[in-house]
Amino acid sequence: MKGKLILEDGTTFRGQLFGGSNATTEGEVVFNTGMTGYQEILTDPSYCRQIVTLTYPLIGNYGTSKQFNQSRKSFVGGLIVGEICEKPSSSSMQKTLSEFLTTEKIPCLYDVDTRALTRKIRSAGTMKGVIVSEYTSQSTINEMMSLPIRKNVVEMVTTPVSYTLDARSNSLYVVAMDFGIKRNILDALRRLNCKVTVVPAKTSAEEILSLKPDGIFLSNGPGDPKDVPDVIREVQKLIGQRPIFGICLGHQILALAMGANTYKLKFGHRGSNQPVKNLETGKVAITAQNHGYAIDEKSLQGLPIKITHVSLNDGTVEGFRHNSLPISSVQYHPEAAPGPNDSVHLFDEFIYHMRVANR
Amino acid sequence: MPKKKNLNKIIVIGSGPIVIGQAAEFDYAGSQACRSLKEEGLEVVLVNSNPATIMTDVNIADRVYIEPLTVDFLTAIIEKERPDGLLATLGGQAGLNLAVQLAESGALEKYNVELLGTSIEAIKKAEDRELFKETMERIGEPIPESTIVEDIHGAIDFANQIGYPLIVRPAYTLGGTGGGIVNNEEELIETTLRGLKYSMIGQVLIERSIAGWKEIEYEVMRDGNDTCITICSMENFDPVGVHTGDSIVVAPTQTLTDHEGQLLRSASLKIIRALEIEGGCNIQFALDPKSQNYYVIEVNPRVSRSSALASKATGYPIAKVSVKIAIGYTLDEIVNAVTKTTKACFEPAVDYIVVKFPRWPFDKFVYADTTLGTQMKATGEVMSLDRTFEGAILKAVRSLEIGVNRLHMDKMDSWDDDRIKKRLSRIDDERLFLIAEALRRNIVTTDEIADITKIDRWFIDKIKNITDMEVRLQKGELNAKTLREAKLLGLADKSIAELTGANINEVRDMRKQFKILPVYKMVDTCAAEFEAATPYYYSTYRGEVDEVEVSDKHKIIVLGSGPIRIGQGVEFDYCSVHSVWALREAGIEAIIINNNPETVSTDFDISDKLYFEPLTTEDVLNIVDKEKPDGVIVQFGGQTAINLAASLAEAGVKIFGTSVDNIDRAEDRERFDEMLTELNIPRPKGISVTNLDDAITGASNIGYPVMVRPSYVLGGRAMEIVYNEEELRDYMSRAVKVTPDHPVLVDRYMQGTEVEVDAISDGIDVVIPGIMEHVERAGVHSGDSIAVYPPQTLPSKVIYTITDYTKRLALALKVKGLLNIQYIVADGKVSVIEVNPRSSRTVPFLSKVTDIKMVNVATRVALGATLKSMGFYSGMVEPKPYVAVKAPVFSFAKMQDVDISLGPEMKSTGEVMGIDYHYARALYKAITGAGIVIPKNGCILFTVADKDKEEMKQLARAFSELGFKIVATEGTAKALQSIGIDAEIVGKVHQRSTDIIQMIKLGKIHMVINTQAPGKHVAKDGFRIRRATVELGVPCFTSLDTAWEVMRVLTFMRDRRLVYSLAIQDYVGGGDALA
Repeated sequence: MKGKLILEDGTTFRGQLFGGSNATTEGEVVFNTGMTGYQEILTDPSYCRQIVTLTYPLIGNYGTSKQFNQSRKSFVGGLIVGEICEKPSSSSMQKTLSEFLTTEKIPCLYDVDTRALTRKIRSAGTMKGVIVSEYTSQSTINEMMSLPIRKNVVEMVTTPVSYTLDARSNSLYVVAMDFGIKRNILDALRRLNCKVTVVPAKTSAEEILSLKPDGIFLSNGPGDPKDVPDVIREVQKLIGQRPIFGICLGHQILALAMGANTYKLKFGHRGSNQPVKNLETGKVAITAQNHGYAIDEKSLQGLPIKITHVSLNDGTVEGFRHNSLPISSVQYHPEAAPGPNDSVHLFDEFIYHMRVANR
Repeated sequence: MPKKKNLNKIIVIGSGPIVIGQAAEFDYAGSQACRSLKEEGLEVVLVNSNPATIMTDVNIADRVYIEPLTVDFLTAIIEKERPDGLLATLGGQAGLNLAVQLAESGALEKYNVELLGTSIEAIKKAEDRELFKETMERIGEPIPESTIVEDIHGAIDFANQIGYPLIVRPAYTLGGTGGGIVNNEEELIETTLRGLKYSMIGQVLIERSIAGWKEIEYEVMRDGNDTCITICSMENFDPVGVHTGDSIVVAPTQTLTDHEGQLLRSASLKIIRALEIEGGCNIQFALDPKSQNYYVIEVNPRVSRSSALASKATGYPIAKVSVKIAIGYTLDEIVNAVTKTTKACFEPAVDYIVVKFPRWPFDKFVYADTTLGTQMKATGEVMSLDRTFEGAILKAVRSLEIGVNRLHMDKMDSWDDDRIKKRLSRIDDERLFLIAEALRRNIVTTDEIADITKIDRWFIDKIKNITDMEVRLQKGELNAKTLREAKLLGLADKSIAELTGANINEVRDMRKQFKILPVYKMVDTCAAEFEAATPYYYSTYRGEVDEVEVSDKHKIIVLGSGPIRIGQGVEFDYCSVHSVWALREAGIEAIIINNNPETVSTDFDISDKLYFEPLTTEDVLNIVDKEKPDGVIVQFGGQTAINLAASLAEAGVKIFGTSVDNIDRAEDRERFDEMLTELNIPRPKGISVTNLDDAITGASNIGYPVMVRPSYVLGGRAMEIVYNEEELRDYMSRAVKVTPDHPVLVDRYMQGTEVEVDAISDGIDVVIPGIMEHVERAGVHSGDSIAVYPPQTLPSKVIYTITDYTKRLALALKVKGLLNIQYIVADGKVSVIEVNPRSSRTVPFLSKVTDIKMVNVATRVALGATLKSMGFYSGMVEPKPYVAVKAPVFSFAKMQDVDISLGPEMKSTGEVMGIDYHYARALYKAITGAGIVIPKNGCILFTVADKDKEEMKQLARAFSELGFKIVATEGTAKALQSIGIDAEIVGKVHQRSTDIIQMIKLGKIHMVINTQAPGKHVAKDGFRIRRATVELGVPCFTSLDTAWEVMRVLTFMRDRRLVYSLAIQDYVGGGDALA
């Protein structure tokens, strides 16, 4: 069925609506330049309520498989692609992408000139859009367009109850605050023999500390970090208590908790090819990223914080560490899935901090 | 870290002549390297023996040496130039090997030259089998288990250890025979025993077979600070077992999950770090489609064919960045040339799919084995980009110029289903077309094909999308809807017309009426994430928005020359690039259309705009419609471009230069004859026939032997000399498809000296920059002959006649630009063989040695300038005081079933040049540059045809007087003994004791002079002898003319120094003339 994406500024991109006329959706339209990893992207809670455009035109080539899911379900608002592969081929495949989209109820517009759309967002900035059928009335479109961008996305994706995952040998204990945590982060920690308790975003500092963790992990997640002031307050209380490691939204929340400021990027960083320079070694790593907000570098002045990583593309802050405390965080995704594994050693650093703190 | 402070002057080694496995990609890499070094203010000395390249232009490097790529010559050049650094990783395997030899000879140390980029130790770690194995084991990267055995027990033990299937490869055999894949002990025993017998050293290599696994490649870069990035992943359509150079390749990988891709990417980074490569490298993996197990197959510690492909596929200039790394920059200090704002330290994201398709020489080598395996056979390749696989593969196929416009070969129409099915397991150059045919007929499922071929089903299903659409077009009616769907899938107008029975113009008109038009997208390295200004575009029907900004400037399209093939090599890319430069100089916007990823012309900063598209009428017209250029230039893109002239002109496009009508007058046999008669210029007697009977009558009127060939050819395709009616009948049935549209030409075969002329005309004056005389007499294709500038034996009267004819022909054809004429001089009489109203293979050579920018001048003439206004006068330009020799280079070692004997069919893949003040030394340099090692003493085998025996006698005497021992086959020996030469008789091939092949194998024969009896029905013996010389690297001359020249060189060089080198700048500048 014919469908279209209408952006806030009126620009329209035509395509085919997957799943029929009820598959309409609205949300912030973003793009990801990764050439593989569509399933990981679709199940990354950080994309909650966003309409994700994949710039690579052939999507679904290897189908989908449970092992690649990054969370219990997909939270994306919608998907925009060039072509959905109807006859995928892979020994690991359990479902085709179409079947996956149907099961996960992901609205999708395909046959779209995604490059033209990307160019639009790149130059005009991220904006809201609606995916509708060719026949949707203007009043419905207006109504959908006027819905505000949701602010309670962390609440939507965080685990409702805490749960604990054992490692092969539980030599360290981590409490992970779940703002939309990706499964591969948990796997990375468990591979390093960390037992992990995942707690809901709203969990208080007291509760967390009462679990007596060796370290605290602040997860990735969707939305504007300033939309979760309660969480920031609790994190503030954790500083100086235990070693902390943050990723993505966790990194931003940590910065806000330490008194820094964040701002919204024009169109964000989303992809698997983002170069990040380690200022301590001079080396550059290619990273997976997915963020629409960044830490304001100027706001770090005077704080006991050292910038450790910057984006080579636009110079934005990609990582910092506390001058004296075992606290560090990065804006990008060392756990990969999707994307490169170049920075997986950052988890080792967290382990090291925990071991030192335990001595 | 800034650039290394100690560097001022750098020597760059090129890759030498084009051979199979080493083509134009190194001209692209090398010229990018030189420009990149000059950008940094460094003085560049370039050495390359290949004159057909852009990199050997005097504006590319400060000092250009067109000299043999040997240690002796390089050492002499280093001694003279005293460079601070040597850059060898951009000159292919040839350059790399030479660097290793130079280091080992001590020359680098002696003259204090730093090897830049990857170190010798690192090169060895990647290239030495044992060191590589050790390194991979140390870092835990798996390589296929292998062992070398000398008896059957070793083989069985190894098999018991690792299981089956295994590959058995006998070491050192003639032509790699005797090996194969074995699946059980019985097969293992049989193959190993056979292999041990065939192996000249009694050894067999046994390796785990991973045939059928996915073959994946990564292009990786590393800088001195250990930062590593991957530029591009590539997936071979053909599974492991087919050389990647012979495989269809897509980029990025299509069937790998993110997890699998990252697994191999991480391994790539680990490997490049372990090998400590500084610059670019290529890593090939085999990935089990079922288990995620993988093996590292190969690492190339240098810029390669794949990196040229990756550069064009992504827009990331690997060669350029490798050079910056070599002189001390780190990746994060180098600017991304595409975006100009971001850094070179990132991994390109593409938003299209790239297909590379090999171009094989089987149209020339009709007897060659067309199956594909581990030995590369392709001479060139094409690349295409689109937003769908279907669109990209169809574009690639159209770009090949093999007479197909979709996945369909006419000849398969007559094959029955059974034959199609049975043939599916055969791995050859036509497999893709066979798969499509099977799908079209619906006689096998995509799963079955995937199972038989081990090609991933993803690809097969995509092919099926195309054939399904074809079937629909065939059955249904052509309307806007089906037309749109067919175009979305990438089918050409011509294919749609063919399938629906419509006329191609109707399809085109209908398409325009319904606004079914392609849009053009940019290649920007970043999937549109950042703004880019690369003027590099591809078309797609899958898109709404066109990104090309059409300027209102005067603009001209230059058509490129497509894939490198025998007969149309890198020379035409050289010409296209120079034409583009000339246009830009003249302030005109230059747009190039080409589809060859190996070339300089498809580097995005050469032209104002690059369209990476097939060179067909439809694809070119779409761009013309969009850009509305002032016109198109067709004379520099070889026959590829010339062939488009008529249809473009018909569509109303202005052709700059010689008119289409006059091109036709030169190419159409009858019109050409008429013109010659009018001009009173002789040509060998000949006729044009359209059926067998006429051919037979005609040939007997002309008198045998006759030269036969199809009209409209390039590089003498299917051209033969036939000596009687029987052979003529055979030729007509086998080699050509004669139709009224495609007549066959039958000409008298004249034995004489061939002379070649390139000239420029503006319609008033005709300038002849130089004349070249061929060493081999007529009958050997001009592209396979040794050409000498200026002529050494032609009397001035002959030169006068040639000058006169050339002028009159150019004026009669109203040539505006270049033309090339081939003459034959027999008994002092000059006849015209052919006239090509376009640039030729010899233009780069002649431009370099005469210091006349022929393409530049010709382009300006085509635009309307006069030769007088540029300071040229009609007539022949005064010859230079030095001699330049162009020698052909062959790739016979790669083509096992090809006879190396030279004839009217072109067989060479490349060329080298030798230049010197002495003819003999120029020839010595050319022969040495061509890779032939002429022995100074030893034993020469003579085995010549009866017709040559008389002539051979004096030649043998001369060699004998030089101190060579002469051996000969019985007949030849008797002829020699009759004049008192003590020639030892050697047994023919079957006579065991002194079998010639055995003697060659044992190194008892150091040079072979062998001529063939007339006719195609040659004895197998001669063929086997000639092949043995190829396999064992013994020089073999199949023309007495070449052998005579070799003898003269040997005589001359006896008391003179062999190595003398001078930069081109000094030759043309009239500098140092002390030899």
